[in-house]
Amino acid sequence: MSAPAMGTSKTAHTDSSNKKKKGPGTLATAYLVIYNVVMTAGWLVIAVGLVRAYLARGSYHGLYYSIEKPLKFFQTGALLEILHCAVGIVPSSVVLTGFQVMSRVFLTWAVTHSVREVQSEDSVLLFVVAWTVTEIIRYSFYTFSLLNHLPYLIKWARYTFFIVLYPMGVAGELLTIYAALPYVQKTGLYSITLPNKYNFSFDYHSFLILVMVSYIPLFPQLYFHMMRQRKKVLGYVEEYSKVE
Amino acid sequence: MKHYEVEILDAKTKDKLCFLDKVEPNATIGEIKSMFHKSHPQWYPARQSIRLDPKGKSLKDEDVLQHLPVGTTATFYFRDLGAQISWVTVFLTEYAGPLLIYLMFYFRVPFIYAPKYDFTTSKHWVVHLACMCHSFHYVKRLLETLFVHRFSHGTMPLRNIFKNCTYYWGFAAWMAYYINHPLYTPPTYGEQQIRLALTVFLFCQIGNFSIHIALRNLRPPGSKTRKIPYPTKNPFTWIFLLVSCPNYTYELGSWLGFTLMTQCLPVAFFTLVGFIQMTVWAKGKHRSYLKEFRDYPTLRSPILPFIL
Repeated sequence: MSAPAMGTSKTAHTDSSNKKKKGPGTLATAYLVIYNVVMTAGWLVIAVGLVRAYLARGSYHGLYYSIEKPLKFFQTGALLEILHCAVGIVPSSVVLTGFQVMSRVFLTWAVTHSVREVQSEDSVLLFVVAWTVTEIIRYSFYTFSLLNHLPYLIKWARYTFFIVLYPMGVAGELLTIYAALPYVQKTGLYSITLPNKYNFSFDYHSFLILVMVSYIPLFPQLYFHMMRQRKKVLGYVEEYSKVE
Repeated sequence: MKHYEVEILDAKTKDKLCFLDKVEPNATIGEIKSMFHKSHPQWYPARQSIRLDPKGKSLKDEDVLQHLPVGTTATFYFRDLGAQISWVTVFLTEYAGPLLIYLMFYFRVPFIYAPKYDFTTSKHWVVHLACMCHSFHYVKRLLETLFVHRFSHGTMPLRNIFKNCTYYWGFAAWMAYYINHPLYTPPTYGEQQIRLALTVFLFCQIGNFSIHIALRNLRPPGSKTRKIPYPTKNPFTWIFLLVSCPNYTYELGSWLGFTLMTQCLPVAFFTLVGFIQMTVWAKGKHRSYLKEFRDYPTLRSPILPFIL
């Protein structure tokens, strides 16, 4: 799901003004700044790639192919964020971060990459655009936070854009998985049938349906969590004039 | 005799919830909880957490008022632990499920497999053996819950029963589906493998039971005392020399045996998940032992000798 990635380090960044909080060491901070800068740049490359391809072709169709490689590279690279939490240089939950990153990686590799027929679907463009805008904002937010120089605009964008981007991303993801279903069923992709010597079976088609169903309880929870975060982080500024 | 006054405040809001006067100095926290329950009938004693400090640890029911660091007007803080359910109830429910569910798959009750297999039996003898072992295991657990275990806490939060039953019942159904499936494939190394597996399983079942008995005997009936467990005359308890929680060690062994016996991947998953959870519990228990007892034997590991 696109916007959950925005909520990952909420504990670190909603308290960015709290001076009592211990941050990561200097080396870790330097590394994280580099990491977040590289990721911002990567997603900018994807954004530019999309725009250029659109202008060149004149249509929305098949833009996935023009950014396939950087998308795979930078989205998969986000797995490092799980490591950051595990090691402790980022104060977020390993489980929550893991879940969010894995769901992105799943969409990228186990659905879009694996089922060639969906790659030309417009739904793919829908979630790619949502992810791209979200990630550019998110990684620049982290970069500036680490440097203790967060422009209000970035903070505002991070806690506002999700209102549209999150449902947009979810719609794109669900439509893409849905489009993949018939091909998965026909080819038996990633499925194991009985009999076999380990007495195990797995139906990828049913699994994908289960994944789609899981969005129903998960999406509202994450969405309203972001809404609450927004009120907490931006709330005061709506009442008084800009404080930052 | 000097009487105490007791006031109970809400730990979060600091509101005055209850005021008790003329409390005996030798009154226990348990008795105070009963008195508090009278004025607030919705908070039965099992769901009350009474502490000296709003963020501190809960006081024990056995703690005596005059031995606590309080003045003659004692202030306690209350936190609601939420709806509670007895450990016995939870154990009985979570263990009865797998017993019955597995049997439903074993007898191939309708709507699980294709209709032509309804109420048929597997042609593989290991499937019958597996059913006996699985059923034996859960019957043993039920009987131990009723007659062997002595619980430190009477209750746990109500939501645990849903979580626990989902875990046990879900995995039981998943395993049973494959083992009793018409297309089940028996173990690769046949009778040799099954015999070894059964030996391991039975050995560990006896071991696990021996540990439960040894632990029960550490504690007189109705008491909640904690003592260091030591090896007894029963050889199955000699593992206490190397391990703090051999009940978990033997449990792991039993399920490894069952995995080998059935050669079924879902059983292996169940064993793995159980192992992870038991390791977490064993490490916690080991740490408590070390904290509580100065002379705790240093050779012992939490769950796996020398390893974990």
